[in-house]
Amino acid sequence: MSDTTETGPVISADGVPLKKSLRRALRRQKLRALGLIAPLLIFVLIAFVAPILDMLFRSVENQIVSNTLPATVEALQDWDENSGVAPDEPVYKALYFDMFLAAEAKRHTRLGSRLNYEKTGLSSLFRSSGRRVDDLGDDYADAFEDIDPRLTEAGFWFSLMSGEGEKNEDPVASSRRRLSGVADSWLFGEVGFAPSQEITQLLPETTRAYSEFAVFTALVDEDVVAEEDPWEAVYVALALDLANADLSSYSGPGIETLRMAQENLGNLPIVPFKDFFEDIDDDWVDPEYWQTIAVFSPSYTSGYFLNSVDLQKTADGIEVRPENQRIYMMLFQRTMFMSLMITGSCILLGYPVAWILANLPMRTANLLMILVLLPFWTSLLVRTSAWKVMLQQQGVINDTLVWLGLVDDASRLVMINNQFGTIVAMTHILLPFMILPLYSVMQTIPPSYLRAAKSLGATNWTAFWRVYFPQSVPGIGAGSILVFILSIGYYITPEIVGGTTGVFISNRIAYHISSSLNWGLAAALGTILLAVVLILYWAYDKIVGIDNVKLG
Amino acid sequence: MADASTDSAFVEFQRVQKSYDGETLVVKDLNLSMPKGEFLTMLGPSGSGKTTCLMMLAGFETATNGEIILDGQPINNIPPHKRGIGMVFQNYALFPHMTVGENLSFPLEVRKMGKSDREAKVRRALEMVQMNDYQGRRPTQLSGGQQQRIALARALVFEPELVLMDEPLGALDKQLREHMQFEITKLAHNLGITTVYVTHDQTEALTMSDRVAVFDDGRIQQLAAPDTLYEEPENSFVAQFIGENNTLEGVVKEIKGKNAVVELDGGELIDCKPINVSKAGERTRVSIRPERVEINKDRLQEGVHTLKAEVLEFVYMGDIFRTRLKVAGNEDFVIKTRNAPDQRRLKPGEMIEIGWLPDDCRALDAG
Ligand SMILES: Nc1ncnc2c1ncn2[C@@H]1O[C@H](COP(=O)(O)OP(=O)(O)OP(=O)(O)O)[C@@H](O)[C@H]1O
Ligand SMILES: [Mg+2]
Repeated sequence: MSDTTETGPVISADGVPLKKSLRRALRRQKLRALGLIAPLLIFVLIAFVAPILDMLFRSVENQIVSNTLPATVEALQDWDENSGVAPDEPVYKALYFDMFLAAEAKRHTRLGSRLNYEKTGLSSLFRSSGRRVDDLGDDYADAFEDIDPRLTEAGFWFSLMSGEGEKNEDPVASSRRRLSGVADSWLFGEVGFAPSQEITQLLPETTRAYSEFAVFTALVDEDVVAEEDPWEAVYVALALDLANADLSSYSGPGIETLRMAQENLGNLPIVPFKDFFEDIDDDWVDPEYWQTIAVFSPSYTSGYFLNSVDLQKTADGIEVRPENQRIYMMLFQRTMFMSLMITGSCILLGYPVAWILANLPMRTANLLMILVLLPFWTSLLVRTSAWKVMLQQQGVINDTLVWLGLVDDASRLVMINNQFGTIVAMTHILLPFMILPLYSVMQTIPPSYLRAAKSLGATNWTAFWRVYFPQSVPGIGAGSILVFILSIGYYITPEIVGGTTGVFISNRIAYHISSSLNWGLAAALGTILLAVVLILYWAYDKIVGIDNVKLG
Repeated sequence: MADASTDSAFVEFQRVQKSYDGETLVVKDLNLSMPKGEFLTMLGPSGSGKTTCLMMLAGFETATNGEIILDGQPINNIPPHKRGIGMVFQNYALFPHMTVGENLSFPLEVRKMGKSDREAKVRRALEMVQMNDYQGRRPTQLSGGQQQRIALARALVFEPELVLMDEPLGALDKQLREHMQFEITKLAHNLGITTVYVTHDQTEALTMSDRVAVFDDGRIQQLAAPDTLYEEPENSFVAQFIGENNTLEGVVKEIKGKNAVVELDGGELIDCKPINVSKAGERTRVSIRPERVEINKDRLQEGVHTLKAEVLEFVYMGDIFRTRLKVAGNEDFVIKTRNAPDQRRLKPGEMIEIGWLPDDCRALDAG
């Protein structure tokens, strides 16, 4: 030892420091091992880790609002949520163009459903508004056509907006970004249109609206931009621009037509956007709806989580939901309570069985073990349905009790479609998960401990309680963790035998995933469940120590 | 053999039989009587029923037949925890979830002893086995020998009058085993405890015990003090089992008082002491210890028969010489001679003549 410290690091035969060559050798070994497990590792990552990460992400993700209504969200920044009055004209103007684009991309209903989770009524509001945003543009288009028929021609518009001289790529690029956000996927490809610098300066709104139209036409509809009539929103934008554009110094294509249109501006049916939306639905001037939109406009939200614990986000901050809307805390509590009951009854029923199995001769024990495992070989649905047959009011148990005269025919016991039924059925289904770890732990406890205890003067009970039981605790721990974690996320059995009072939080999650399609809320509930399990696991490790858990 | 019903008997087996499966008897007609304070060892090959006897005494097995009596009381119907018998198990059976101290105070707790008494007794028991410093450790943190001492202390801490030990030293290495043998005997004698000790190591049995019961086939083959057992085995099993032994087979030619002449299968004649033979013509197996064989003709009695022997192998073992001979067709005939200045060192191939005192050669049953 002292030799090596004096002469510096130990050198291996080929002159490399020993530590380094050891590390190299080990690395090669590790890489080979990694290569062997790579298929499984990749499978686990894709099939297991990725969905969990996706779930965690979905539980806070809320980009749909800012993606679909970006201008509106920006304009809303200037609005005081607590003012008690609806926002001003600029917000409605932004809403018009956002809504138009969303309606073209058929995304407005999705946003409506999303916001409807937070405030009912928003879904139908968005749906009806999406249908009617075209109306406004139609009026403008008709008026422009009266001024000069060329103003509704595809080719004319294309050359007008293309202009002359230096091109400006920015409007198309930003439109592409915008539409990619709305469509939820990146739009690739050539648009075949770019406005000139001059026209961008002269008609900013129109350029933006036309660029959006161009990108959508070229990349989503896959048509030629120059051959398609522009969207109604483009006419609305043109009317806005003409109201304050100075056309005197412009000489690009279609300038005469533009001048004529500007002169006849008075003939256009200009209405404030606010009135237009109020005309569609009074709710659009209700500040409460706007509050909801404003509160849920950020890209990430804690709203789903708050919802999961019966809170809600309002303009005034976080509030407890009204009494009739609180269900999740109750469901969480019930899930916990019933999982504990199931775990407890599994211990009570499983312990003696495991004890008998561990103390019988091997051959008999194996035979009985098959009986324990038998339930695994029948379908879960069959087992659960069997309990329905057993427990229902006209079922086997009630019939027997009535026949024995223990229960009056009129007052048959209600044992199914409630918590009792769920606990009974799930205890039966999860029992093997308690028995197996208990059995494997008990098998390792030599009978000589009990004998030793008795020879030292302990009665049967003392010997069991002071000597045998403490040594079987790791088995109880392992079984309890298994059963508890399995039951906390159980879904099928409570669904079938749980009725309304016996359902678990997972049934609610399933409902949100398959029926209400509120995946964000489902993800938040799932995340909470995951966190609860992890916390329990951590606490168990602290108290009992996870090394003490023996699964086999 | 001890009388099976002396008044002073502390432990008594009376015609005890035991069968596990109802077909074979694992213990056949066991009679045994131990006075108080005796150290008795049950010695025998594997499967001879030693543990079974111990378990019946401790109460974990019930005798199929017969009576076991402890201190004048039949105990067949007393449950194990009321027998007050200390027990050391082969694997020690120290409770792994308790510390050494808790293990030791367990028998006192179940006897509802007060805390201060318990602590004093535990301390005394640990002192007895020189393990005072280990009170707070878990059994898994102890070496095999230390666990052994704790197991011993635990069996003694509640001051039982009878202690049973089932191969307690089986898992220890030779040196530690010898040391523990010494300590156990010392403790047992100092405390005056009656001890039943099970082993299949004959050296252990001989060095530790007051008396040894040699078991085979569910029976006690011989029950005697170590020296008697070694020098005067009563049958060929005991002779074979205890110590090194040479056997020769033949037929009794004549019996004259305390001497007999046996004609070996090759026709040679030898002188023996008749033990299990009573008349001429009986087949017998004679037994002679290696160190009792004489190669110096001058030291033999006048007129005794001698045998020709060929030296096959000579091993120098320091204090003794071990020589393997071919005698009357038996190539495993071993003699041991002391390494004395005048002692001859035999060479392989050499032909010599051997003989012995008739009293040292025992004519036993034919086996
Ligand atoms: N619980 C049991 N059930 C059936 N047979 C048993 C049982 N215990 C022991 N036996 C049989 O009884 C015979 C004697 O066993 P025992 O354990 O008493 O031997 P032993 O002398 O202690 O041997 P060892 O030196 O190997 O410990 C053996 O043949 C054994 O197979
Ligand atoms: Mg044994």
